[in-house]
Amino acid sequence: MKKIKDIISSAASGLTIEEQQYPTVCVSPEQLRKVAQKLKSEGFDVLLNLTGMDYNDKFGVIYHLTSTVDKMAMLVLKVQTPDREKLDIPTVSDIWESANLYEREAYDFFGIRFIGHPDLRRIFLRADWNGFPFRKDYDANPELNPVPLVNQTISDMEDMPTLSFDKDGKLVTKHNQLFENGEYVVNIGPQHPATHGVLHLRVSLEGEIIKKVDPNFGYIHRGIEKMCESKTYPQILQLTERLDYLSGTMNRHAFCLCAEKALGLEVPKRAQAVRVIFDELTRIASHLLGWGCMCMDMGSITAFIYGMRDREKIMDIFEETGGGRLMVGYNVIGGLADEVSDKFISQVKEFIPYMRKMIKEYHVLFSENPIAKGRMQGMGIMTKEQAASLGVTGPSGRASGWSCDVRKIEPYAGYDQVDFEEVLRSGGDTYDRYYIRLDEIEQSLRIIDYLINNLPDDGFKAKTPAIIKLPAGEYYQRVENARGDFGVYINSTGDKNPYRVKFRSPCMTLISALGPLCRNEKIADLIMIGASLDYVIPCADR
Amino acid sequence: MLELDNLVSNVHTGLMEALPHWAALTIEYILIGVLMLALYCVLALILIFLERKICARFQCRLGPNRVGPWGSLQLIADMVKILLKEIVKISKSDKILFFTALFLALIGSLCTFGALQFGKGLAGIDFNVGIFYVLAISSLGVVGILLAGWSSNNKYTLIGAMRSGAQLISYELSAGLSILTMMILAGSLNISDIINGQAHSWYIFQAPLPALVAFIIYLIAGHAETNRGPFDLPEAESELTAGYHTEYSGIQYGMFYLAEYLNMFIIAGIATTVFLGGWQPFQINADWAAGFNGVMSYIPSYIWFFGKAFMLVLLSLWVRWTFPRLRIDQLLHLEWKILMPISLVNMLVMAVWVVLFF
Amino acid sequence: MKPEDFKDTEYLEQYVEELRNNGVGIGLGVLDDFINWSRSHSVWPLTFATACCGIEFMCVGAARTDFARFGWEVTRNSPRQADVIFVAGTIVHKMAPILKRLYDQMAEPKYVIAVGGCAISGGPFKNSYHVVQGVDKIIPVDVYVPGCPPRPDAMVYGMMQLERKIKVEKFFKLPCRKKEENPSSDNNLSETK
Repeated sequence: MKKIKDIISSAASGLTIEEQQYPTVCVSPEQLRKVAQKLKSEGFDVLLNLTGMDYNDKFGVIYHLTSTVDKMAMLVLKVQTPDREKLDIPTVSDIWESANLYEREAYDFFGIRFIGHPDLRRIFLRADWNGFPFRKDYDANPELNPVPLVNQTISDMEDMPTLSFDKDGKLVTKHNQLFENGEYVVNIGPQHPATHGVLHLRVSLEGEIIKKVDPNFGYIHRGIEKMCESKTYPQILQLTERLDYLSGTMNRHAFCLCAEKALGLEVPKRAQAVRVIFDELTRIASHLLGWGCMCMDMGSITAFIYGMRDREKIMDIFEETGGGRLMVGYNVIGGLADEVSDKFISQVKEFIPYMRKMIKEYHVLFSENPIAKGRMQGMGIMTKEQAASLGVTGPSGRASGWSCDVRKIEPYAGYDQVDFEEVLRSGGDTYDRYYIRLDEIEQSLRIIDYLINNLPDDGFKAKTPAIIKLPAGEYYQRVENARGDFGVYINSTGDKNPYRVKFRSPCMTLISALGPLCRNEKIADLIMIGASLDYVIPCADR
Repeated sequence: MLELDNLVSNVHTGLMEALPHWAALTIEYILIGVLMLALYCVLALILIFLERKICARFQCRLGPNRVGPWGSLQLIADMVKILLKEIVKISKSDKILFFTALFLALIGSLCTFGALQFGKGLAGIDFNVGIFYVLAISSLGVVGILLAGWSSNNKYTLIGAMRSGAQLISYELSAGLSILTMMILAGSLNISDIINGQAHSWYIFQAPLPALVAFIIYLIAGHAETNRGPFDLPEAESELTAGYHTEYSGIQYGMFYLAEYLNMFIIAGIATTVFLGGWQPFQINADWAAGFNGVMSYIPSYIWFFGKAFMLVLLSLWVRWTFPRLRIDQLLHLEWKILMPISLVNMLVMAVWVVLFF
Repeated sequence: MKPEDFKDTEYLEQYVEELRNNGVGIGLGVLDDFINWSRSHSVWPLTFATACCGIEFMCVGAARTDFARFGWEVTRNSPRQADVIFVAGTIVHKMAPILKRLYDQMAEPKYVIAVGGCAISGGPFKNSYHVVQGVDKIIPVDVYVPGCPPRPDAMVYGMMQLERKIKVEKFFKLPCRKKEENPSSDNNLSETK
């Protein structure tokens, strides 16, 4: 903690560290870049999350920073504009690569202008959208923004504005071209079998070699964060599952944890254990689907069907206890919705040996296949530094050797009492990203195996108030979902609705890694690399 | 006997006697044409149905089983539907080439199909450069695919067609070389001669080492020529939506679909003819096996042909539904750096073998 | 599920009855039936999914709820070759023109199944600023499959409903015969006889 103090005081004078959940530093826009550069050079090399804020009288940006060196260290940096008119904040996208997309998002939602950002296009909404929807004074009248029936024009997609101040302090916009004239640009998506959802990639090709990839988001942007502001906390839970539907249980868990932390609730041990079992089952289901889709993208449909077949077993367990298949809806604030079903324990116990056997089969069918190996090994190599700078967490980050498992860094729900390994690989290529998922399934089975035999017996739910109101303040909760570090940021004013909710989506950073990873690879490898990152578009778009 | 050669020759002599020479020939040509077309369509339906059922088996599924008994009418339904589906006219395509392409693809496979001998006396054409003709005409399909990709005015189809062109032309070499290797053994390009030469023992047993190598190379190359997984890059679904035929709809797409499946059968048919004795039964060339040979000969020749061909088709399905797809550079690497040199060396080995043992 | 188990489709039967009463020749009628039979049993879906429902759509194709049984496993990636589009998932403003274009690219006869709450009415995202409140505002929908997301079985049921709907179409659109009497009086007439 002293160290952070030293760094901050050496970067700029007059800054104080507030002791909140994480040490928090407020800086002015003028000081931001200096502090950011200092923090980066002192080890805070990961920008986990960037949250735009509308404080009614002014706007702000919140940066959540962490480090690959000291994994436990977290630092919150806050910057605020002086008023609602002067919205200029310097960019940090050259310091942390992951800020590139985050700043575009904050611009899109709040209209905060990031000076010096190389590509300040709207990210989720179309260029012709009226207004900035996350502002508190946004006019939601549907007549202002009717459903469009014609596509965006190409120039909207290719014109990248950069803002800067000229000598007189006047804001000037410089327009850059995304692609040069004469480049062979192929549109992949939004309706394409290999983008795993409605992602739109504009790929510049030279023969079959990729020169540049420009991801285009927003085709499934549902404005979940904005919707959260008008819902009560228990109502928000159902939206969290629909963010990343493949790790819905974990996202819901994250939100519950965040609310419980704010309320100071003590969740019964049994509820925690069952939540972890559900989380790990969801992780297995998600990795199975990811594995299957990856094999399908390589043309091996049989493997995909095998993955789905085994996934159904998990769906059965969910259905028996939670009632839902994909959207289990089982975690509630304070514990679980209900006691587990009578069959739950026996079902899980049956599943563990079955899955262990199947993983061996998968390795025989696919991992050791020479064609598969030839296609995956040495493709799309991501170094540890790249992963940290891009904020690529989860299995994809761990395949590059970055130990970023939140279950180990900030253990929650009793993960610290379970014995499991954080799987790490060093290559960082597609094969490592592929292999690590199967290894993680084994670790998940280990966790489930331990917990199902040691289920505590102290009730499934803590007592919660009838109307849940979080005390005023800011809360942040990280969990490890199937794709990486999922974060929930809640800003509460003490009301029964949150003032602002922000979800840190691991998928968005995964997609941003596509461009650097695919450069000079073949177009067939773009599909493979995308599949190995295993992103879910609705999670990125929110 | 259940052989059909008597029936065929009776029809021929009957027609010749009853009608003037030219009229009899005209009727025969028409008859053969209609029969070939019918067989072509029926085989395609059977193949597609088989594929759907068998791939379902591989994938722990059931496959079509609701339409008709065991789903056997499924393909009839598909066929009628696709015949009646709208053909979308694409405004910025090259219309003439767009239509020519699909006929070229179909004609290529149909003409090759016509040269196969399905049984004793069941040959559409039989002339002295049969195998040469087969190799030449089967390359026509490439032109169709390239035209389809070009004329659709779509980037995906263009990439698909380019890949396809590169792939087919490369693998044509290995396929041709491995057949050439067998021609050294056969000493003739006439398909009838080739089949008759295997009456006592199939070519694959006559020169076991080089013939087996040639057989395997031909299977790989042939599999690649049919654009099926693991060599299905031209229509790699996950990359190029549907490859060169992305823009084709209705029966136009149906024709590509048909040609694709028939090509699979044609490759199996040629492999059967050249390596596995065509419609010749399995015989053991020894005195003690006379009884066994008699039983084998009793099975009609067309059953032998279709049995062998379908076994090879099954093998190709098995491969398709097991392996992941190759990448274009791996694909060309496999052909130019592995299969081609082996084929060339194998041809020499075969020549030496023939000189030494025959 | 056997066809007899569909208990809630009287309106379709009524519809058939009405069509029959309007007078179709026997020959063409039989041919119509044959064409409808083949069309209804060969519905190839477009591979299209935007969100959660897409995962359940994948499950329909997988081993347990194998939709190949009904001959629907030929999922086409190109809209030109597909017969039905499963709108599986939320459609947002930015996606709306693309969905419309996909629908326009499909060849006739084409059908639309709206899967899940989002596609039917906006579902859980009803109040969002960026979500289309039901795809029927953009393209005509044939069958609605409710659920969030619907179970795979529900999707299969939806497909079967579509089959039944296709079965009452008319391929031969003859110039409408002049009806001598309206159908209701026709019925009365036969009763009095």
